[in-house]
Amino acid sequence: MSLYPAYRATVQRTPRQPLIFLPHTLSEVTGPVYGRNAVAATDHDLTRQHPGEPLGERIIVKGQVLDDGGRPVPETLVEIWQANAAGRYFHQKDDHPAPMDPNFTGAGRALTDANGFYEFVTIKPGAYPWGNHENAWRPAHIHFSLFGPAFATRLVTQMYFPGDPLSAYDPIFQSIPDERARQRLISKFDLEITQPAWALGFRFDIVLRGSEATPFEG
Amino acid sequence: MDLTPTASQTVGPYFHLGCTNNHAVSCIAGPDAKGERVRLICRVLDGDGVRVDDAMIEIWQADSEGNYNTPTDAQGKGSDPDCAGFGRMATDANGKCFFETIKPGRVPGIKGRSQAPHFNVSVFARGILKRLTTRIYFADDPANQECPILALVPEERRATLLARPDRGNPGDWFFEVHLCGKDETVFFDV
Repeated sequence: MSLYPAYRATVQRTPRQPLIFLPHTLSEVTGPVYGRNAVAATDHDLTRQHPGEPLGERIIVKGQVLDDGGRPVPETLVEIWQANAAGRYFHQKDDHPAPMDPNFTGAGRALTDANGFYEFVTIKPGAYPWGNHENAWRPAHIHFSLFGPAFATRLVTQMYFPGDPLSAYDPIFQSIPDERARQRLISKFDLEITQPAWALGFRFDIVLRGSEATPFEG
Repeated sequence: MDLTPTASQTVGPYFHLGCTNNHAVSCIAGPDAKGERVRLICRVLDGDGVRVDDAMIEIWQADSEGNYNTPTDAQGKGSDPDCAGFGRMATDANGKCFFETIKPGRVPGIKGRSQAPHFNVSVFARGILKRLTTRIYFADDPANQECPILALVPEERRATLLARPDRGNPGDWFFEVHLCGKDETVFFDV
């Protein structure tokens, strides 16, 4: 289960009864064709959504979306959202006294290509404080939302950056019990993705669970 | 390469920015869709019974004849083009959100037994590390008695999966998600 009391909000928001195993039927192996026609060519570039350029370290985040059989997941919607370089979200509930950036909203979308690759251009988000415990800070991260081909493949996660000292203290990151699984949420600096004299590149691959295209027939 | 599925993380409090500020979907089935019109009203409550005003609910449903509007529906019967089948909304200050849709038809189930009309539901929120999945069925639908999935749920907990009609407003159906506590909703491992 996902109860992790060090992340306080889980206490009143996590079911305590065991989940009931659901054999996959047509309802679970199908999924919405959502967003495929609604992604504009520039939606993946968060640095070009305003008249001016946002402040911060320009980065490229690229990766491949695979299923758990290693097959690329093509034409699936990837949505991201993040804080600006100062660690402030463009959101009315964010009251962190860090500056807003008029040239940065912090939301993007992309479709994976035929080989399952997506790419975003953005700025590196800042760390920011939150009220979970005394002197709590979230490590820099980008939220990712993916659909995959089926109801069963839906995933929302967060991408972190290598070498962030805050990860060790972050109960959201630490809520993942398996060390290897945690490490896989940390993107890798990648010189191949890095564009000379323009932007640093980070690689973040994502594995969705299988869609089990054949429903359980029992 | 490690092909273990990537771990889930919470959507956090600011998901509106990426998911619902510009990309909310309240109309699951348009006015021309076939079938019985339904306004689905969902409310999310936490373990203290406090309304959750920062949740996101996603719905996935079949059209009125039990076909999903997607190429991965292997029934090959096609589907109602006016029923996209997908909706997602953030809850408001009262913990509520609304969907305009139609009552889904019955879809094939397991062991040759078809499922009762249902919505497939994902619940996301700050404090929920991995999305919660549940289903919404229609109270008093005779098909519920035959549904092979409802049959997997202990009888005393089945009522947590039922939407109830608003007698004063025909077509309105109300469903409450209790994340935990004594009325905890049944959630599934999909």
